[in-house]
Amino acid sequence: MASRVVMPKLSDTMEEGKILRWLKQEGDKVETGQTLAEVETDKATVEMEAYTNGVIRKLVASPGDTIKIGATIAVIGSPDEDISALLESAAPPPAAQARPVPTAMPIRATAPPQVVSHDAATNRALRASPLALRMAAEAGVDLNALQGSGPQGRVIKRDIEAAIAKASASQASAAPAQPVGDVQEIVLSSMRRTIAKRLVQSKAPVPHFYLTVDVAADRLWDAYRALREENYPISLNDVIIKASASALKRHPEVNASFAGDHVKQYSRVHIGLAVALEDGLITPVIRDADSKSLADIAEEVRELVDRARNRRLQPHEYTGATFSISNLGMMGIEEFSAIINPPEAAILAVGALREVPVVEGGQVKIGRRMKMTLSVDHRVADGAQGARFLATLKRMLENPLLIG
Amino acid sequence: MDRPATLSKEAHVELLRKMLLGRRFEERCAEMYALQKIGGFCHLAIGQEAVSVGAMSTLEPDDYIFCSYRDHVHAIVKGSDPGRVMAELFGRDTGLSHGKGGSMHLFDADHGILGGHAIVGAHIPLATGVAFAAKYESRPQVVLCFFGEAAVNIGAFHESLNMAALWKLPCVYIVENNRYGMGTSIERASAIYDVAQRACAYDMASETVDGMDVLAVRESVGRAVTLARRESKPTLIEARCYRFMGHSMSDPVHGHYRTKEEVEEQKLKDPVRGYFQQLSSQGIIDQAGLEQLNAEVRTIVDAAVEFADASPEPPASALYEDVYSEPYGPYTRSQP
Amino acid sequence: MPLITYRDALNQALREEMQRDPKVFLMGEEVGVYQGAYKVSRGLLQEFGDRRVIDTPITEEGFTGVGVGAAMVGLRPVIEMMTWNFSMLAMDQIINSAAKMLYMSGGQFRIPIVLRGPGGAAHQLAAQHSQSLESWFAHVPGLKVVAPSTPYDAKGLLKAAIRDDDPVIFCEGETLYGSKGEVPDGDYVVPIGVADVKREGTDVTIVAWSKMVSVAVKAADTLAAEGISCEIIDPRTLRPLDEAPIIASVQKTNRCVVVEEGWEYSGIGAQLAYLIHRDAFSDLDAPVTRVTGADVPMPYAKNLEHLATPSAARVVEAVKQVLYID
Repeated sequence: MASRVVMPKLSDTMEEGKILRWLKQEGDKVETGQTLAEVETDKATVEMEAYTNGVIRKLVASPGDTIKIGATIAVIGSPDEDISALLESAAPPPAAQARPVPTAMPIRATAPPQVVSHDAATNRALRASPLALRMAAEAGVDLNALQGSGPQGRVIKRDIEAAIAKASASQASAAPAQPVGDVQEIVLSSMRRTIAKRLVQSKAPVPHFYLTVDVAADRLWDAYRALREENYPISLNDVIIKASASALKRHPEVNASFAGDHVKQYSRVHIGLAVALEDGLITPVIRDADSKSLADIAEEVRELVDRARNRRLQPHEYTGATFSISNLGMMGIEEFSAIINPPEAAILAVGALREVPVVEGGQVKIGRRMKMTLSVDHRVADGAQGARFLATLKRMLENPLLIG
Repeated sequence: MDRPATLSKEAHVELLRKMLLGRRFEERCAEMYALQKIGGFCHLAIGQEAVSVGAMSTLEPDDYIFCSYRDHVHAIVKGSDPGRVMAELFGRDTGLSHGKGGSMHLFDADHGILGGHAIVGAHIPLATGVAFAAKYESRPQVVLCFFGEAAVNIGAFHESLNMAALWKLPCVYIVENNRYGMGTSIERASAIYDVAQRACAYDMASETVDGMDVLAVRESVGRAVTLARRESKPTLIEARCYRFMGHSMSDPVHGHYRTKEEVEEQKLKDPVRGYFQQLSSQGIIDQAGLEQLNAEVRTIVDAAVEFADASPEPPASALYEDVYSEPYGPYTRSQP
Repeated sequence: MPLITYRDALNQALREEMQRDPKVFLMGEEVGVYQGAYKVSRGLLQEFGDRRVIDTPITEEGFTGVGVGAAMVGLRPVIEMMTWNFSMLAMDQIINSAAKMLYMSGGQFRIPIVLRGPGGAAHQLAAQHSQSLESWFAHVPGLKVVAPSTPYDAKGLLKAAIRDDDPVIFCEGETLYGSKGEVPDGDYVVPIGVADVKREGTDVTIVAWSKMVSVAVKAADTLAAEGISCEIIDPRTLRPLDEAPIIASVQKTNRCVVVEEGWEYSGIGAQLAYLIHRDAFSDLDAPVTRVTGADVPMPYAKNLEHLATPSAARVVEAVKQVLYID
């Protein structure tokens, strides 16, 4: 059986070799171990041996030729067999498979999700510490308006803290705008300006879709009343927070963020609660709401809302939510849709608890109903996933013992 | 240990078979390297078979050996499966070290092969340490430590032999003196030509032996092994041999540092042919018998190549395995 | 609880581990008859004999290799480097043999060896006897590197190191040997790879190990008088590094100072600064600052040596810098 003689690898760095001279000619008999040719490598001139017995049928390369290792330089076989097939496909064997290089050890995220500043208007040349940048974005402080107290004018944490304190102080003493004719121009506080900017950024690129359910809140109402009679200081909202957190644990697809080329799904649940302020809105965060008791949530909400209204929230207390809830029920709103807070993937809008006639067992009765509308980022979850979460939440609120 | 005169015919033939196996295996490695199945550095022991075969014929199964990077024949003769050796050379998962070591780092715990080391002379203290452990635990084990004549100039050699002699450790240091450390002859590297003489610096026993004569090597090492096992004393043995290939596959057979004529002349003293001729003249084996042995070992080598070729490369996950024995063990805790 | 020296804590650990496991032995220069160059091995030769406490010739590469070889076949050597300066002679055995043996052999040969000795500067020992080389070893996969700062940590970590199946580089300190601390009698282990918060605080995170912990404490006391609260974290193990508590601390304080005795260029503090940058970037109000040994061979003259070594005053200055206090 004829076989090819290929340019051998004769040094660890050799890539090609030059045939200096053939020591055997076509037609010569050759045995294993006999020298076939002298080859010049990158390191030295080496003698090349035959690895098989037979007759040299063809010398494919000539003296002076430089040949890549693995390419055919001759054919050895029996004197009269057909070697045309071997001569045709004289291509070098495929190079050793490129070994897949394992990617580097994955970087382990240890910090909870951070809100990234989307403020493209920030002057890039401004020097500010990363922490200051983050705090400014979250608090809606305009970096451009600040004089940094750090070296080379760097804006640092204390500058942002001072700005926040000043803003809340000046809110109290802001002079009301003077009406000009029928139009009153109300100067936007920096907070409102930031909210405006961020929500446009949310609404425009985030594809929202909306799912509404009407929760049968009778049992919920009864349970709530019973607790109130015991002077247990829980509000309906606290229950909704706890139930949402519980439902999110079961439906982590909604406890997530869109991140460009992937979705970040969070294993911990931090619920942001929209709190109305005089001139805007802030969302204090109840961290790990799924593992806190109802009583703890109630107390934390009370405390956070109180401080929110007094503008004494720390940045880490109003950032890092994975899901938000907005409740306009106490203002009599039956139903509304809220805008998602970036970079979350969903927000729940809760309407008022209504007494309405309902049909049960063929009879008209008085029932309590509460509408909730879930806004969902369609890049993160689709209708069915949103619906499954909302269905779980509805079931929990209709059977409060399921919460937990 | 038997004196050569009392070796049975079967035992002689077995020694010849081992030498043939080593020879054919190394020739195949040359071919495999040229075909790029073996990468990196490849150091062949063709011409030096008498040293490893003769020396290791004196050992018990639970004795240890250490070698340099010129370790293929040592591993096979000590008992490693040729298929697993070839697979290691091919960098496959079925290799002795799961493809993580390669030609220069053959390890086989089951057969007492403790490497396979690539830094010249660095394994000499290691071998001394294993001998230390054998004595510490009062085990009658012996360590053979093989290295070239160029390694006797490195500090680790001196430090090790001093301690071995001082503390009386059961280690036999075997110098495979093939005259050339890569391209530098012993005359140009060592102030003393007779390597065995260095033992007197440590008051250590020593011998010089013809490393192309397998029976002579067996006798000489046999004496040293007995001394080590019975009296826990080390010996330095200089086995004078010759390598017929270059230092490695990157090195020509002859060229700047030695002439073609010299190589051809040394090939006349081929240890395999020489032993065959000796046995043949004693009527222990004939040409037909040699052909049969050759056929047997060729079959083994073919099977080894086939096995290696069919074996998978190590999985990507192997990259991070065996850096530590237990990444998160009971005495080490780190955040995964 | 008994108050004992760092040296005696190590001595206890060695004695108890040698009693517990007959495969443990101690080898090095002057460890036996001389009772140890720094008396860490005092009394051990008397108790265990010369089979288990072995005096060596001056052969760092040789006896380190002997230790690695013994470890390959199941013994548990404790090799003493009289000082870590001399380990440079044994680098080939430590890195090419000890660190890599398990990997190169595809998992066949564990190397349960401990190499221990004092590192860093003492008093006017000059350039060749004052080096802090832990970053050289921490660079190498296959080694574990440990640097206890207190007697309690020293005893517990040495026990863990001896029981660990991998090569452990154990960095002590000449000027630490005489320091005292509370150490329980009997057996306990401090696991390798676990950091320790030596002092809690809110305004800045100081990371320091070995001798530098006491420097950090001194600085923290000075700063406390000025109303600045420092959190001091001692990694205790440099490889594998316990990153989580350090990151959590920086997330709390927003600023970090690393104090290390070694040279600045590619020292361990550089790795720490990178990790903090990677995992706590948007929590940093200032860049991570490092207080290190001066980038020079250690000079002999007392005043120059003082300038070349991190001091509490320099740490105070660094803390104020990251707090933007003039």
